[in-house]
Amino acid sequence: MCDACGCNPGTATASVAYKPMHDTATVSILRNLLQGNDEQAAHNRRHFDTCGVLAINLMSAPGSGKTSLLESTIDALQGTLRLAVIEGDLETENDARRIRAKGIPAVQITTGTACHLDAPMVHEALHAINLDSIDVLFIENVGNLVCPASFDLGQHCNVVLLSATEGDDKPAKYPVMFRAADLVVITKGDLLPCLDDFSPARARQNLRNLASHAPVLELSARRRDTLTPWVRWVRSAAAARRARVAQPAAVCASGQRGMQAPAA
Amino acid sequence: MNEALNVATRHGASRVSAVRVRVGPLSGVVPALLQHAYPLTAAGTCAEGSELTIDKTAIRVRCGSCGAESEARPQRLLCQHCDSPRVTLLSGDELLLESVTLHGVRRFADIREGGHV
Repeated sequence: MCDACGCNPGTATASVAYKPMHDTATVSILRNLLQGNDEQAAHNRRHFDTCGVLAINLMSAPGSGKTSLLESTIDALQGTLRLAVIEGDLETENDARRIRAKGIPAVQITTGTACHLDAPMVHEALHAINLDSIDVLFIENVGNLVCPASFDLGQHCNVVLLSATEGDDKPAKYPVMFRAADLVVITKGDLLPCLDDFSPARARQNLRNLASHAPVLELSARRRDTLTPWVRWVRSAAAARRARVAQPAAVCASGQRGMQAPAA
Repeated sequence: MNEALNVATRHGASRVSAVRVRVGPLSGVVPALLQHAYPLTAAGTCAEGSELTIDKTAIRVRCGSCGAESEARPQRLLCQHCDSPRVTLLSGDELLLESVTLHGVRRFADIREGGHV
């Protein structure tokens, strides 16, 4: 299926039974409608695991500061982890340019009118990235709190950003997205003193109401001193991923997303 | 739609007359919008004019603390009996193709492909 690297995402098997009536039959399937995407995602994840790469799917509403956080993270890591970034936007190379300006390889996916990335898009982008030469791949999804949550890309962790300017009830309004988060990051924390209607405690409670155990971090991409817990989380997750790859038995069991996401 | 058409091709059917899907509130799919979009995606295919039935599932959770099963809401997925967050989702995130009704079936695919349902 994949002409570029010669790999084969495999053939799906559906659960099929039917009762024929003359030339008419009702076929029972019970197949996930996103199975095609999920198979491609599993294939992407195998690529990551083969190379010991941690893949992080970064999701948020537009303007929550995903690219700014990545820029600050690149600065804070000071080259101690080898990074690459896949950028998803409807149009422009602007975000990829910002990342490349920091000396980090970036591939821009422009989706046209599609409001999310899917696993085949990421797979195509992977062919422009040397996975053997990186430790962490950030996939910055299209800014959108709805559809991206439904599409597995092959990532190991979902990180969802919630900016202080958006409102602390976002987890209640977008439960599908926040339920999928392995880590929630409250961004633009430097504005919190000016925003008396945003309560980090309420944001946490709204997240807990989703039965989510995801850690919540507060930071500002403009204040280096606030990035420490986030950078520690990324380092810890990357180390855990490398450790799993070093153990062959663990690699075989690494198909589940978020299994190695560390506590913050 | 592609999945339904694949089933029709696999069974050598000439026409799809009905499709049944199962959708949960946590799937990210809005049943009304799916119903609205369905005829547009079916147009020009062997499923044109077919009927889409959407079975909407409820969100159900099992509590790891008190053991109770309860129905939950999308923005409050805790145990409805003891408010524990230690819950397992039993249903509510489904996005499944349940069945496809075919006409003009020329051959039967291997029913042992994945087991009966």
